[in-house]
Order: sequence, then structure tokens, then C-alpha cells
Amino acid sequence: MATVRLKKGFDIHLVGAISDGTIVTASLPQSVAVVPDDFHGVIPRMEKKEGEHVIAGEPLYHDKNYEAIKVVAPVSGTIKEVRRGERRHIDAIIISPDQNSEALTHDLKRPAEEVLLGSGLWAMMRQRPYDVVPVPGVRPRDVFVTAFDSAPLAPDLGIVLGDKRKYIAKGVEVLNGMTDGKVYIGIREGQDLEAPGAEVTTFVGPHPAGNVGIQAANTVPVNKGETVWTMDIITLARIGELFSTGKVSHDTVVAVDGEMVQQPRYVQTVMGADLETVLKNELTNVAKSRIISGNVLTGVKVEASQWLRAPYRHVTIIPENNKPDEFMGWASLNPKRFSIYRTFTTWLGGLSKPVSMDSRIKGGERAIVRTGEYDAMLPMDIYGEFLIKAIISGDIDKMEQLGIYEIAPEDFALAEFADTSKLELQHIVRVGLDKLRAEMS
Amino acid sequence: MNKIEPSFRPGGKFAKLESVYDGMETFLFTPNTTSRLGAHIHDGNDLKRTMITVVVALLPALLFGMYNIGYQHYLAIGQAHTGWFTMFLFGLLAMLPIIVVSYGVGLGIEFISAQIHHKEIQEGFLVTGILIPLIVPINTPLWMTAVATAFAVIFAKEVFGGTGMNIFNVALITRAFLFFAYPSRMSGDEAFVKVDSAFGLGDGTLADTFTGATPLGQVATNVGDSLQMTDILGKPISCMDAFIGFIPGSPGETSMIAILIGAAILLLTGIASWRIMCSVFVGGLGMAALAHALPSATYPASMLDPMTQLCLGGFAFGAVFMATDPVTGARTNVGQYIYGLLIGVFAILIRVYNSGYPEGMMLAILLMNAFAPLIDHCVVSSNIKRRARRAAAKE
Repeated sequence: MATVRLKKGFDIHLVGAISDGTIVTASLPQSVAVVPDDFHGVIPRMEKKEGEHVIAGEPLYHDKNYEAIKVVAPVSGTIKEVRRGERRHIDAIIISPDQNSEALTHDLKRPAEEVLLGSGLWAMMRQRPYDVVPVPGVRPRDVFVTAFDSAPLAPDLGIVLGDKRKYIAKGVEVLNGMTDGKVYIGIREGQDLEAPGAEVTTFVGPHPAGNVGIQAANTVPVNKGETVWTMDIITLARIGELFSTGKVSHDTVVAVDGEMVQQPRYVQTVMGADLETVLKNELTNVAKSRIISGNVLTGVKVEASQWLRAPYRHVTIIPENNKPDEFMGWASLNPKRFSIYRTFTTWLGGLSKPVSMDSRIKGGERAIVRTGEYDAMLPMDIYGEFLIKAIISGDIDKMEQLGIYEIAPEDFALAEFADTSKLELQHIVRVGLDKLRAEMS
Repeated sequence: MNKIEPSFRPGGKFAKLESVYDGMETFLFTPNTTSRLGAHIHDGNDLKRTMITVVVALLPALLFGMYNIGYQHYLAIGQAHTGWFTMFLFGLLAMLPIIVVSYGVGLGIEFISAQIHHKEIQEGFLVTGILIPLIVPINTPLWMTAVATAFAVIFAKEVFGGTGMNIFNVALITRAFLFFAYPSRMSGDEAFVKVDSAFGLGDGTLADTFTGATPLGQVATNVGDSLQMTDILGKPISCMDAFIGFIPGSPGETSMIAILIGAAILLLTGIASWRIMCSVFVGGLGMAALAHALPSATYPASMLDPMTQLCLGGFAFGAVFMATDPVTGARTNVGQYIYGLLIGVFAILIRVYNSGYPEGMMLAILLMNAFAPLIDHCVVSSNIKRRARRAAAKE
């Protein structure tokens, strides 16, 4: 078993961490939603209408270009609303769940690709390049799976996995049959994981060591013209379960934590469950809170009236601007004003103590001035700053040469946090990837 | 502030001053903007903090510079026993007009430019504005400083898109402009020691033996095989004098000690690249040692020993505060070593082997500013090639 040591990056310790692994079971959600934005690269074409009844696992919509890619209902119930935004963009498909625990059973005698595409699990995988839902018919060079999440306050994926870990071996077997290469699983030091048939690599180092793209770049990097699939261990176990039982499980455990959470804990619920059910007693101070589905670096800001988003096993609640009109913050000598740089005094007290951070950007957007900031947060053989500049200037050749095929927006999340010039790096990378993808197809 | 805000927004009475209002508001209060998309938390550091830290690092050099101006003045008028506070006060009064002019002109242009482009006012000039008084000879007429500052801010910075976009160090362009436009006022006996009074303070007649040439100026005009630098009254000076800083020169550059304190602040806070700073000194030391190994009366500076070379003139100041400007310097780690090394080498090369320029630091840094993108290009190209080879090996 190989071990990779990563030096770059930084572990942000926030207050509001979960202290023990007890799992609380949430009640049946009042509503469950599928948000098409969670499946980047899939352009939805509805298969069901408002008012129709669906059972768990039944397709709600398919992709415009590849009809085989289905996105399915996580629970059985009635489609209450297909909520549309600007230009008829589908914001969410909302289902009123019923008590029926019926789920669609898949015929496992068909080719694995067909089963995966129809089960909705295909849409939960991602591919590099472009960080989108994989294109059907393309055999991936390798498959990369991360078995841990290193983001701030991230859940222990071992707890989220629970007794589903017994399906990992089957999942690896299925994926091995779909690639000419290997199935790589990245674990953290000391993590206990049985995965026969997979190439397990231990990653030692700070965040973003848990990002699957960072793991891929430090084992077998993605080259131009190659495709790899990426996912986390939960999706892998779901694939294993599908090919063991014929059914997809949409049950999930999410970590609910952050400074504004009174009792940080794990909650057992279902994908896409409404936050009012999941958070229950935590929604006392909504006006001063920012609810994030996901972690503070890559997650999505959601309202209390919305739902868990598909890619995340995590809800973080942090204060929304808890220090309005901070007087001359740039001159502050307060050690509590968190900065990883020594221009502030935080480092004197140590940077590994849990800190409180709110949602302010704490500065104006500027041109890139300081050097090396992005590189220090990106453990890849990539000149981050030059790549970002190439993306901003729309230079497609340069983007390719500098390694855009290896990255996803999430890989730049930590750099975005640390950026003195306050640029929206993840957004810039996403725009660049989408542009490149449009150009290449 | 919030009460008067509406009148500065589009449609308000003072809409034309929106950028100025924004500048003042973000100066007084940390912006309330919260993240819209992407990361939800951000580091406390911003460009304001970064720039202010550089200004703090410049303070020792500034304070010592003021004191030294007073010291040199009272030495020149034969009153060397004046109290230190009077000396400092004299220097303060002598430098204040230059600081006011530098900030007034520079920030004025920044404000106007920001308003024209409806952008936020950028912080870059905070540092430039204090660098200029530190590197311009004290006797430079104020109007020259104003013209040069305006030229540098407009043509070296704003035309490129403002802070972060410039190719050349703005403060150095200011000095280079002065240097080439008004060469007679930038060197020689009258440039570096303020002999007349400052706001009525420090009247007196010059001592008979007075000569205001800087040590490097003396070196450049030295004739013969022996080399002895003197202070402004003709007494010999040593490397130690130059290290402490009681020699004539531009206000900021004379004291190695004050500069090293600034260097320590910049390195400790991680703002300046230690790669650049160290390699400039290594490059300078190496080139000076080489020149010293082959002394020649034709090139009198070659007779200086390497340590003295580094202590004299603007070498240390340039290495610590100018070469490390991240915007105009090399941005890759490997590139920074090459960039710094070449600055050190060229500075001494120009100093020793080009008798037209007693000081080479300014030209060396400006030259390497021009080459920094090329150095980075080469370094990044090697990464690109490595990636291409990796892809090719697969096929």
C-alpha cells in the first residue's frame, strides 16, 4: 500500500465540531427535492409531470444529450412542484413523500453501464476533465475514490458509511469491470478500510488531501485526452449495494455542525430531505445564520426552507456577518481575527485552535498581487496562479498546457479562502471548465 | 457613514465622488459584503493589511532617514553637537513637504482614475507614496517630485490597469524619471545633503571643508590606485559608518540597520519573498567579490571590498523593498532565485564598470522588472513540457 505525503494545504479548525459519533434519526421529511444544478453537465428533460406519483428510484428526468443518463426520485411520493427560475431553468423538483417504502428494482443481467445509467447513480459520479457527470460510452482510464473528507468540520465518512461498508468490495468489482485501469481508493492515515480489488493509497497531510482530484494528481495525473471517473466512498458503496440487491439506497447520514449549531451531531435521513426536518431545533437564529449544504469551502448556501443537496453529506451553519461595520479591521491586532498569514497576530496563539469565522469576505476584490498564495494551497504539480490567469483571459491553449484537465473547482476552494485579492476562484475555474467543454464538443 | 451613503450612490448629489466615498468607507470599516458563491469563509488578510505592513516595515528607514538628514545638515554647518531631537525635527520638517507632495499627487491621480473607471480605490500607492520620498534626493525641488510622481503613476501604472498590473516598480520609475530628466539635480555635491534651513530651522553657514558627495559619488570620481571615502567634512569613513547610516545619501538608503529591521518585518510576516531578497544579496556579494579580485584604477569601485559594496548606496534598500515587489518581480519560486541573483549581479556590474552611473541598483531592478515575465515564462514552460511529455509517454 503506497503512502503519499502532501505538504501543501491547510487545515482550518472551526468551532462547532461534532464530539461523538452518535447518529440521531430524523423523522420522515415533509418534502424531498432533487436539484438539477447538483448534477453538473446534465441538462434536464422531464419524464414526470407535477402531480404524478413516483416510487423511489424511478427516473424524474434524463439528460438532453444522453437520454440514458437518468436522475431519479430518492423517495416514493407525489411530485408536488417542478420549481422553475429564470428562463425556465429547473430550480428543484419537489416531492411529497408517502409512507410507502417501495423502491424500483433493477435488472442486473443487463450490462453494468446500462444499470448504472438508469439507476441514477451514474449522475452521482464525476469525470475529469471538466468535473461533470461522466459521458456514457467513454471507458475511463482509471477510477478514483476518496474515502475521507478533509474539509473544515467534515464528517467522518466511516460513520456516514455505517453498515454499507460491506458493499465496497462489490462496488470495486463492478467498477473494475468498467475500466481498463484500476480503481484507486484514497484513505487517510490510520483509516481502516477493506477494499479487495482496489489500489488503496494512504494520504498524509492537510486539506485538500481528501479531495479526489488532489489524490488523482498525486498518484496518476490526468492527461489531455484521458478520462477518469471520480466519486467518494459513499457513492462507491451505493454502487456495490445496487449490484448486490438490485436497489439503490437513498438513505444517508449527514453531519450537522458549525458554530450556530447548538448540538453538532450526525443525522440519519434521506437524500434531498427538507432542512426543516433535518435541522429541527437548530433553526432558532435563522436571520444571523448562514446554512450551507456541504462544507464552508465548497458547499452551497441554502435557505431553511430548502433541501439537502445531493453531493454533500454535510450541513454547516456559520454566522452571517457577525461583526457588521467592523471599525478599521485591516489595522486589527486582535488575535481572534483569523488569518493564516503573519500579517495578523493569530499565528502567535497557534493556528490549530478552533476559531469562529463568519461569512464576510473581509476585503475588496483586487488584482493578484501576492505571489505563491495559490500554489501553497494546491498540492498539485500546477502553477495555480498562471492557470487562473489563463482562464480569466480565456486562453484555451494555455489552460490546456497548464493542466486544467486535472482540476475541479473544489481544488481551488482553499486558495479562494486564503486569497488576499479575494477572487472567486472556484467560479473562475467552473467558467473556464465549461467554456473549454463547450469549445471541445 | 451609512447615513450619508445614499448621496454618493448613482443618482445621489455626490455620485461623482462614489469611489472616494468607497475608499473612505472601506478604510474605516471592514466591508460588510458576504460571500456570494464559492468559499463561505475568507481569510482576514486583505491588500490593505498587506500594504500597511510594508509601510510599517519602512518606518525604521524613514525615521532614521529623517534623523540623518538633520545630522548631515548640522554637520555641514559646523554644529555637530546639536541635540538629537533638533536633528530629527529638522529632518522631519525637511521631508514632510516631499511626503505630502508624493501622497497628494499620487493618491489624487489614483482617486480620479478610480472614479473614471468606477472602480474601488486600490491600495498600491500607500507603499509607493512613502517609497518615493525615501529614494529621492532630499534637495529635489518639490515640483520635480510632483511631475515625476505624476508621470510614474500615470504611465507606469494606470495605463497598465492599476495596482497589480504594472510592469515596472512605480517608485523606481519616479526616480528614473528624475534621474534622466534632471540629471544635474540627482547627483553631485548638492543633491543629498540639505544645506539650507527647513521652515526656518537650522540656519547657518557651511563649513569650509564641506563637500556633499555621497561615498559612491566619491568612488566614481576617484583617481589613482588608492581609495578613501570621506564624510561631508572630509573625515574618512568606514564600512561601519555605512552600516549604521551616518553618511550622505537618499533618506531611506543610508542605514543598513534600519533596512535590516524592515527586512525582518517583511520576512517574518511573509510578505516579501525571502528567495528574492537573499538571492539579490548573494548575487551582489558574488559580483562584488569578483570585481574586487580584479581591482583596477580605471574602475575605482572595484577597489571596494564586497561588504562595503553592499552597505553603500541603495543596494540594501533596493534588495529589501524594491526587488521584492511581488507585482513587478518574478512570480514563480525558481524564477525568483534567478531574478534576485541577476539584480544583485547587474547592480554591482553597473556600479563598477559603468562610470556614468555611480549607483546601479535602480537600473538593475528596472531591467529585471522587464525580464521577470520572461523568466517566469521559462519556468512555467518547463512545467508545460513536463506535462506534455507525461501525456506523450502514455500514448
